[in-house]
Amino acid sequence: MAKEKTNVAESPTPKSAAKAEPQPITAMSVIAPAVGWLIPGAGHLIQKRWGRGLLLMLSVVAMFVLGILMQGKVYAFNTGDILDILGFVGDLGAGGLYIVARAFDIGRGAIDLATADYGSKYIIVSGLLNIISAVDAHDIAIGKKK
Amino acid sequence: MTLQLSHFSAALIFALFASIVFGITQRNEQREMIKYGAKCFVFFALGTIAAGWVMWLLRH
Repeated sequence: MAKEKTNVAESPTPKSAAKAEPQPITAMSVIAPAVGWLIPGAGHLIQKRWGRGLLLMLSVVAMFVLGILMQGKVYAFNTGDILDILGFVGDLGAGGLYIVARAFDIGRGAIDLATADYGSKYIIVSGLLNIISAVDAHDIAIGKKK
Repeated sequence: MTLQLSHFSAALIFALFASIVFGITQRNEQREMIKYGAKCFVFFALGTIAAGWVMWLLRH
């Protein structure tokens, strides 16, 4: 009985073993998420995950552009209402798309259109999805994911 | 140019793109990615229809 207990203690599950392993910090583990944030899907593309990168790029860019076409609002930095602050944080996740939209003053929002609110949500979610993509690019770079 | 989608088509397009990203980022194998993405899309779509019926019941 005591022997069995020792064996169990000596052979940790793969999950706990993976947690204990320190993750190496490489140049790619920093560059991939940064590039992935700036250009949606590019974090995967520079790691030669062509299919995944292109699909992520298509999804994030399409959601952002559709949001703009639906007259959605692109939030600027603000310290007002909590929902406006969160809207800004979400939008910022879109990286280069957000920078371009703000630079060209695109996405003022139209309160007279019922679907404009959907547009705002599309833009915010595209930013949030881009952050998930950038984190995934980081996981690939450190070898946590294939 | 202004795009005006219906509530349902807007929700379905949202579901499609969100499911693609969820599928790719939350699973490791390609087959699992497709399965998980499809599952997310179905849940999004069914959730939208269910929420619509709940709102209809609340109104009536």
